[in-house]
Amino acid sequence: MNKLLLTASAAAFALAASAGYAAARDQIQIVGSSTVFPFTTAVAEKLGQGGKFKTPVVESTGTGGGIKLFCSGVGESTPDFTNASRAIKESELETCKANGATPVEIKVGFDGIVLANSKAGTVVDLTKEQIFKALAKNVAVDGKVVPNPYVNWSDVDASLPATKIEVLGPPPTSGTRDAFVELVMVEACQDEVKAANEKACPEIREDGAFIEAGENDNLIVQKLEANANAFGIFGFSFLDQNADKLQGHKVDGVEPTFENIASGDYKVSRSLFIYAKKEHVGVIPGMEEFIAEYTSDAAWGPDGYLADKGLIPLPDAERAKSAEDAKALKGMGS
Amino acid sequence: MTDTTSTMGAVVRPRSIHADDAAKARLKKRYAAEQRFKWLGAIAIAISALFLVLLLSTIVTQALPALRMNYITLPVDLSSAKVDPGALDSVNYDAVIQEALAAKIPDASSRQDRRLVRGMISTGAGLQLRQDIAKDPSMLGKTVDYAVPVDDFADLYLKGLLAAKGSIAPLQSTVTVSADSGDVDLGFDKGDILTFAHAAGATEGENGVLNLTSGAASLLLEIDGGIIKLTQVSPAANGGSTAKGTVIVRPQGTAQAASGAAKLRVIDAPESSRKISDKEIVWLEGLKGQNLVESRFNTIFFTGGASREPELAGVWGAVVGSFLTMVVTLAIAFPIGVAAAIYLEEFAPKNRWTNLIEVNINNLAAVPSIVFGLLGLAVFLNFFGLPRSAPVVGGMVLALMTMPIIIIASRASIRAVPPSIREAALGIGASKVQTVFHHVLPLAMPGIMTGTILGMAHALGETAPLLMIGMVAFIVDIPGGFTDPATILPVQIFMWADFPEPGFQQKTSAAILILLAFLIIMNAIAVILRKRFERRW
Repeated sequence: MNKLLLTASAAAFALAASAGYAAARDQIQIVGSSTVFPFTTAVAEKLGQGGKFKTPVVESTGTGGGIKLFCSGVGESTPDFTNASRAIKESELETCKANGATPVEIKVGFDGIVLANSKAGTVVDLTKEQIFKALAKNVAVDGKVVPNPYVNWSDVDASLPATKIEVLGPPPTSGTRDAFVELVMVEACQDEVKAANEKACPEIREDGAFIEAGENDNLIVQKLEANANAFGIFGFSFLDQNADKLQGHKVDGVEPTFENIASGDYKVSRSLFIYAKKEHVGVIPGMEEFIAEYTSDAAWGPDGYLADKGLIPLPDAERAKSAEDAKALKGMGS
Repeated sequence: MTDTTSTMGAVVRPRSIHADDAAKARLKKRYAAEQRFKWLGAIAIAISALFLVLLLSTIVTQALPALRMNYITLPVDLSSAKVDPGALDSVNYDAVIQEALAAKIPDASSRQDRRLVRGMISTGAGLQLRQDIAKDPSMLGKTVDYAVPVDDFADLYLKGLLAAKGSIAPLQSTVTVSADSGDVDLGFDKGDILTFAHAAGATEGENGVLNLTSGAASLLLEIDGGIIKLTQVSPAANGGSTAKGTVIVRPQGTAQAASGAAKLRVIDAPESSRKISDKEIVWLEGLKGQNLVESRFNTIFFTGGASREPELAGVWGAVVGSFLTMVVTLAIAFPIGVAAAIYLEEFAPKNRWTNLIEVNINNLAAVPSIVFGLLGLAVFLNFFGLPRSAPVVGGMVLALMTMPIIIIASRASIRAVPPSIREAALGIGASKVQTVFHHVLPLAMPGIMTGTILGMAHALGETAPLLMIGMVAFIVDIPGGFTDPATILPVQIFMWADFPEPGFQQKTSAAILILLAFLIIMNAIAVILRKRFERRW
C-alpha cells in the first residue's frame, strides 16, 4: 500500500511540475488598485454572465504593484489590465514601453474621500485648513513650527465641538491615504510649516489622535459605529453603502454627496483608471468586450450598476470621449 | 510499656522541625499556594473558555441570517411569445422577470419607479431563470410560479437587519384625500398628525408649516388600501390640519377614512440615509402581504462561486479551490516528508552533515509563511512559468511550508517505535528496507498521519503565501482542474470582509463557520487516528 502511495504521489508530483502552461490563456487577468477592485470585479462578473467568455480573474495588488506586473512585459504570463487609483507615472510608462507594452488609459470615474462619523455623533463643517491643523504632525502656532499641540477639536477652532480629536484612517501603504495626504494635507499646508521643511507637510501626527485602522475600511465603519466621538477617513463607496449608520461631513462647505463629487464641487476626490494592454487585444479573447462592457452606460453611466457600487461617474462629455478613446484603443505615448 | 509512655510524652513537646508551629504555618502556606495556583488555573481556563464562547457566539449569530434568503414568487410568462424555445440564448430573461414583477406592482408606472422595482430583485435572477430552463425545459410554453431571489438590500430589510424598522400607529383624525394618484392634498379634522410630524423631526417653515422632505423620519399614511407619503403638514384654522403627499399605492375606494381607520406607518430613519427607499419598503410589505415573499434555505451560498452581489455569492468555488490545493499539497508534502524522515531516522549516518540538515529542517518549520510565497513567485511562476492563481502552484508553495512539520512529526513517530521490533525483524533475516517498510513504518503510521493532518490543517488556513502567487483574487468560475484559476476559503473570507456591501458581513461569518468546520473535522480525524491505532510500549 505504501509503495502504491509513493508511486501515486510521485506521479502526481511529476504531473504537477510538468503540467506546463501549454494551452493558450483564454481568461482575462486583471491586477491593480484595491479602490478600483470593487468596480472592476462587478464588470468582470457581468462579462462572465454573458456566457461567451470566462469571467476575468481580478487581483487586488495595489496600484503600484499592479502597474509593475502590468508593465513587466507582453505575453500570456503578464496581466491584460491593471486598475489604478492614480494616473500612471512617467517612469512607469517608460518601463512599460521598454518592455514592449503599450497601455491604453481609460478614465472610469471618480472616488471621493470622506470624513464621516456615526449618526449618533455631532455634525461638523470643516475646512481643509482645520483638518490639517487637527491631523498634521507639525503645525504653526504663533508663527513657530511645533509638534501638534491640539487635543480637542475646539482647540483647532472655537466653532468646533469640545471633543477629543480621534480620527481613524488608512495606513501609509494605502492609496486612499496617499490621495488624502495629497488633496488635503499638502494642499492646506501652513506656510510656516512649508517654509520650515517642505517634506513635513504630508506627515500625519503619531501621538494617538490619528489611528491607523488598517486597509479594511469595513473595520473603520464598525469602529465608528461603536464610538460616536471618532471620525473616519475612507472612500465614498463605504459611506454610500452604510448610509444608515454613518454621516459624511462637509469639507470647505461642500457635502460629500454623489452629485457634489460628480460635479467636482467636493474637492477631496480623485480619478480612477484602468489600463489595457494594447498588445493583448485580439490575443486574449474578450478584451474588447470587457472594455465595451466597462464603458457602456449600463455600467459606468449615472444610473449604471457601478454607480450603485459607489463609483462616481465622469461628466457626460468626458465619459463619451473616454469611451471613444477606449474603443479606438488609443495607446499612450504612441 | 515504658516505651509507650515515653512516646506519649513525646506528643506533648515538639519532637521534630516538621511538627512545630512554624512548620504548621509553612504547611498551611504551601497548601494555600497550591490552592491559589489551582484557582488561577481554573480562572485562566474560564477566561479562555469565555473568549471562545464569545467568539463563536458572535460568529454564529452573525452567520445565521446568511443561511436563509428571501425569494419573491412570481407568475413568470414563459409562453413561446415571450421565450422563443428555438433561441433560448437570445432571450432577455431579466425583462421576462421584471414584467412579472411589474404586474404585481401596478403603481410603479414612472421610469424612476420602474427602476426601483427592478432594483428589488437580484441582478442574477435572469441568469438563474436561464439555467433553470436549460435544466428543465418543461417549464416552457406556460406561465409558471417562479421564485426569484431578492436584491441584497431588500433581503437585509426583510431579515430586519437594516436600520429601517417601521412602527404603525392609529390616527384619530378623519382623513380626506383630494385625488388618488400623483401629488395630493389631504385634510385632517384633528391635529394629531402635527404631533407625529414634530416627532419625526420635521423642519418648521412659515405659518407653522412642517416640511418632511429632508432629514425627517418618513410618515406613510395607510388609507383605504392605499399608501400616501406625507411631504408637508400644516395646521388648519378649525383645529384640524392639512397635508401634502405623494401617492405610492393608489387607494381603492373613496379615499376617505373615518376616524381611527387611517393608520400611520413611521419609519424612523430618514429616507435619504437608507439604502432602501420608502417605496421599496411599501412594495415589499405589499408583496409580503400577498404571501409572495418566502424565506428559504440559502442553497446559492453553498453551491455558488464568488460574486459581487451579496445575494449571489457562494463559497463553493473557494471550497473546491481549497480542496484542489490541499490535494497537491498532500501529494507532494506527504511522500517527500515521510521519505526524508525515514532516511534521516533509519538510514542516514549521524555526522555533521545530517546534523546540519536536521537544524535546517527545524528552522524551515519556523520560517514565516510569506517567505514561501515569495519563493513560489520567484521559482514556480517566474522561472518555471507556471500559471498565476492556479491551485497547482498554491499547493506546491503550501507543500514546502508543510513539509518540515511532517518530517519532524514523522521522525518523532519513527523514533518512538522500540528498537526491539527492528532487532527482531533483522534477527529473523529481514533486510533493512524490509524492516522499515514492513514493521517500523506501519507502527509509526498513526503518529505520521496525525502530524500530517495537523500540518494540512495549518496549511488550510494560510493566505499569506498565496498572496504573491495570485490566489488572492476575485474568481467567479468554479475551478475545474489544477491549473484553473482558483481561490481558497480563507482568501474568500478576507475578500468578503473587505467589500463595502453590508450583505457580505453575514456571508463572512458563515464562511468562517465553514472553514472552522473543516478544521474541526481534520483535527477530529487526527485525534481518532491517534486514539484507535497508536500503540504504546
